[in-house]
Amino acid sequence: MSEARAVIMGRIREALDDRPPVPEVTWRYGLPVGTGDLDAVERFIERVADYQARVDRVGTDGVGEAIAAALHAAGADRVVADAAVRATWPDSARWVADDNLTTYDLDSIDAVVTTATVAIANTGTIILDHGDGQGRRALSLVPDVHVCVVGAGQIVDDVPKAVARLIDSGLHTRPLTWISGPSATSDIELDRVEGVHGPRTLHVVVVG
Amino acid sequence: MTGHPHVGVTDAFLGMPKFQTVAKVELANSVQRRNLAHATGVIRGKRAAVVDELENWEELRLAAEAIKDVALRRLDEHLEEFEANAIAAGAVVHWARDAEEANRIVVDLVRAEGASEVVKVKSMATQEIELNEALAAAGIDAWETDLAELIVQLGDDWPSHILVPAIHRNRAEVREIFLREMGKVGRPAPQDLTDEPRRLAEAARLHLRDKFLRAKVAVSGANFAIADTGSLVVVESEGNGRMCLTLPETLISVVGIEKVLPSWRDLEVFLQVLPRSSTGERENPYTSMWTGPGAGDGPRNVHIVLLDNGRTRVLADPKGRDALRCIRCSACLNVCPVYERTGGHSYGSVYPGPIGAVLTPQLRGTSSDIDKSLPYASSLCGACFDVCPVRIDIPSMLVHLRTRVVDESRGGMPSGEQLVMKAGGWMFADHRRLEAAGKAAAGAGKVLRSKRMGGKQVLRSLPWPASGWSGARDAPVPPTESFRAWWQRTGGGHEEDGHE
Repeated sequence: MSEARAVIMGRIREALDDRPPVPEVTWRYGLPVGTGDLDAVERFIERVADYQARVDRVGTDGVGEAIAAALHAAGADRVVADAAVRATWPDSARWVADDNLTTYDLDSIDAVVTTATVAIANTGTIILDHGDGQGRRALSLVPDVHVCVVGAGQIVDDVPKAVARLIDSGLHTRPLTWISGPSATSDIELDRVEGVHGPRTLHVVVVG
Repeated sequence: MTGHPHVGVTDAFLGMPKFQTVAKVELANSVQRRNLAHATGVIRGKRAAVVDELENWEELRLAAEAIKDVALRRLDEHLEEFEANAIAAGAVVHWARDAEEANRIVVDLVRAEGASEVVKVKSMATQEIELNEALAAAGIDAWETDLAELIVQLGDDWPSHILVPAIHRNRAEVREIFLREMGKVGRPAPQDLTDEPRRLAEAARLHLRDKFLRAKVAVSGANFAIADTGSLVVVESEGNGRMCLTLPETLISVVGIEKVLPSWRDLEVFLQVLPRSSTGERENPYTSMWTGPGAGDGPRNVHIVLLDNGRTRVLADPKGRDALRCIRCSACLNVCPVYERTGGHSYGSVYPGPIGAVLTPQLRGTSSDIDKSLPYASSLCGACFDVCPVRIDIPSMLVHLRTRVVDESRGGMPSGEQLVMKAGGWMFADHRRLEAAGKAAAGAGKVLRSKRMGGKQVLRSLPWPASGWSGARDAPVPPTESFRAWWQRTGGGHEEDGHE
């Protein structure tokens, strides 16, 4: 046990020796919020589009085609994805497998295709837990185009439901990436620019 | 490397002139004032729009306040829980009493990896401890990767806003800095660079890309540390955070001990209030969460440096400790009429604006001119409290700190203000003295309102010792009759008559 730790703990206990009362948190966790005049899928699509991301909605049998079209629209040729995605939609792209690709290898790839684990309607957020279908974190970060396939059933109304779902499924301690629109900055005169270091094009394909 | 004064919370801090002195100079900077008025206006509007979408905003604020209070009032227990869970997940946890100790830990970790450079995610904690300076002294290059931090670093400048640190620079200045400085430390800016924000962001992307790809070590802060899982959370926009948190083999996160939240589920509150308060977005583009090193995903070595550096001193003040609830959203800066006019540099600290005015003097103490003056850098209008997502009562805390500053400076030669207050106390202590003063003022009022004096309604200057007060303010002309005299004459207003 380090000396610094003991000293800091001692300082904290001394600082709190007035025993300030610990308030009761009356917030009720995990409650539904609702999505107003649109259903959850429609709200999600509206909010994703509001971030200047591309978004379309297809039936179950149209996903492979939608992925191919999204990649074509973005001018992407070499496309990386994990094994699950490549096996599910083998004909959608000229796939590159993630066989220990270095960061430099990834930088030479045009696009990435992933699925997601949960999505949030009111905030237009997709959440990746980097499990099957999503690949390790670097995959969905370094290439400049990210196509993300989201099932309608994965979309919840708002942040509390998403947090509850991640905890209930035990995914909350995996590495997680919450993505709300493409990379952006407002650092110069608060003028919003889409696209800095993360993928500058985000294309969400909603299924169902 | 040091074209600017030390504005962190370190022993190197020698103190800037007091707030009012710097503010006077900054106020004359009309470009900055125009930039700030525009920027804070835009962001206020965005925040208001997304806050209005939530019917339960006040409940969320109350929840955020209560959760933070629970975390802080049992801080020892929550830190122990966080540490145990982080270690169980494979992270290495270090403790740092002050800036020097934290810097030494980070420098040693970087050296142990054999690295001569690190990439950095924007982090208030590492600015506070002046980590970049410590790394430079050890021969290690620290590359800031947030666009605004890059502008600040290349311009050898210091941040003037928590969220948009280069808010004091306009696009033409940014272009000049990029053209002049980028080539000295890496890939130069394109020759045909314009001042379009899109082109400037593109230049930053190209400049930093190679640094990201080759980096062995990254340094970050954290927005939240979760006790019941040992997770860290970083909230950002550009993707530079994800680059730093994902690509290098070693990740060192410097985290203030007040960042702890009791439970992972608490994120449902904070991931609603933070982005809306901060950038005025429903959710910021990227939020990264990690719990120790991920298997085959991201850094293999995950270090966490838990930093005190004055925080326990803040915690010890029952009237000041609420400032530790701060989640660094910067909403209080954007609504502050003083900040909007004076800019961030007047505050002489990496923490500017209303929250800086209460946090800096508590972290650094109130021995220097700048820290003594900060509690006065406010008109106490209360807008900061109204927008604060964790309901920090900044105005009351400023008054508390003013009392502390005054109490600490008792003894020695009394100031003009102290003399005036003493005289006031003597006068108010006895009603006969007060009535005499009222009559004298009424007499002055008659003279001042007379045609001969121009019938004016305000006095632009008062005689000494009140001249210091009226130097920046107008005083109303005293009434021609005191309230007490009016009450006696009219029987409490019952016999209201034609006024003279």
